[in-house]
Amino acid sequence: MISHNDKQTTPVTISFSEELSTGIYLIGFKRTFDFEAGQVIGISIRENEARRLYSICSGEQEGEIKILYKVIEDGYLTPQLSDLELGDTIWITLAGGEFTAKPGPAVWIASGTGIAPYYSMLRSGLGENKILLHGNRYLEQFHFFDEFREVLGSDYIRCCSAESGEDVYHGRVTGYLQEQDELDPALMYYLCGSADMVVETRDILISKGVPFSHIISEIYF
Amino acid sequence: MREHLFGKTLEELKAVSHSLGLPAFTGRQLAEWLYKKEISSFEDMTNLSLKARALLKENYDTGIIPPVDVQESIDGTKKYLFEALKGKFIETAYIPDGKRSTVCISSQVGCKMGCLFCMTGKQGFQGNLSSGEILNQFRSLPEWHSITNLVYMGMGEPLDNLEEVLKSLDVLTADWGFALSPRRITVSTIGITPAMLQFLNRSNAHLAVSLHTPFEEERRKLMPVQQVYPLHEVLKEIRSWDFGRQRRVSFEYILFKDFNDSAAHVNELSRILHGIRCRINLIRFHPIPDTPLESPDEETINAFKEKLTTKGITTTIRASRGQDIWAACGLLSTKELADK
Repeated sequence: MISHNDKQTTPVTISFSEELSTGIYLIGFKRTFDFEAGQVIGISIRENEARRLYSICSGEQEGEIKILYKVIEDGYLTPQLSDLELGDTIWITLAGGEFTAKPGPAVWIASGTGIAPYYSMLRSGLGENKILLHGNRYLEQFHFFDEFREVLGSDYIRCCSAESGEDVYHGRVTGYLQEQDELDPALMYYLCGSADMVVETRDILISKGVPFSHIISEIYF
Repeated sequence: MREHLFGKTLEELKAVSHSLGLPAFTGRQLAEWLYKKEISSFEDMTNLSLKARALLKENYDTGIIPPVDVQESIDGTKKYLFEALKGKFIETAYIPDGKRSTVCISSQVGCKMGCLFCMTGKQGFQGNLSSGEILNQFRSLPEWHSITNLVYMGMGEPLDNLEEVLKSLDVLTADWGFALSPRRITVSTIGITPAMLQFLNRSNAHLAVSLHTPFEEERRKLMPVQQVYPLHEVLKEIRSWDFGRQRRVSFEYILFKDFNDSAAHVNELSRILHGIRCRINLIRFHPIPDTPLESPDEETINAFKEKLTTKGITTTIRASRGQDIWAACGLLSTKELADK
């Protein structure tokens, strides 16, 4: 199977680009290959550059593959990505990775743009029986609120650390989890986001009785 | 803070000389002083002109910085603590063993990889070390002249800091640098495949891969990297690589009680490593705070080794050293961070 590890990259033309909120962008290009929701692709601006991995942020059957990213000011790739315009070219790999969803109940936990694989899963019809815990600094960063809420209802829990809002937990994801009296140890817990969030969240889950074999993590590095 | 010279390549040192208007050969002289002699300041570089020494002092620091703390175990192992980024600490272990003495160096402050069994990951990621900061952990030890082996197995994932690690390997092995044999250096990785291929292409040092279970579904739960760089792809690349007769690949395997220590694990290890000339290095798990993992007893560890050996896989058990001095990687610096 060829994957994001493969040495080959393919040029694609940017067909969608939108700044969703300050510094957070969604870009897209025509889908020419299949993938599983939750997988990643490698992206570079030029053909022979080192690639960075990004989770796909669109459904398996959609015509465009989309990528959600936050501009890191001193980063290498994201400032260049944010300068791209429709019609520009980037280089991508095929999809790969194993952070994929199974039907059935599970808890999805994300911080920031770590929401991307879950959005792909939602758009691929895998949202039933899921609880989603999503942390962001600002309220405007819950970009896919309507779609998640439509499928998950009150099982879409927003945690906002810098602002208060109606029906929003004021604090981090980890704070929310700490306050829970009990967590269902039979469920699978999926974690996606920064290393700090994943490590801290995993420790909390384990301390509350969730077996580590029920925790699957993907770290953005 | 002035830029450090230590850790720069010969080409970079020549560029420094050029930028200061010094003769072209000053670059090579600097390399001699930095990497082959015992100096603590530019004043010690006695074959440089006074003008050159003054210019260097005005614009640069040597970058040779002593450790801030050391703890010594009853078994002779020493754990050195260096201040790297402001208020952050990295650990370096010096492990004497008869005629051999090994230094275990860090490549990052903290780590992003989030492995379940690792204390360093609990610090979060603070930053990458420069080539000079990596090499300083070797050069600034009082024992540096007697060190025979270097392993990049301290804090951080070396191949997540690829360019600085490769640069440090260049300085360690070049004739103008420390002129160490690459066969005395091992770089450990959890298996970031593209960077691993770069490392194999651009250096001759040994490779060690953190394996910890042959079953990919289990590995997902120990090591988040498995989600994006699965083991079968790491092994596929290693299998296709010509390591020659001198270069070695080894697999690190921490044993966890009732998790990865069964006969089924032995059989699967034998299957997935078939055709790879390698060895397995079994490691006892030193529990970290709040971990759900435990180490099996000695009998189980020895039996696991014997079964692998019977399968034809060269297997060693890493001696546990320095257990009385916060020896497990990340423990000492985390304690220091917490104390601050």
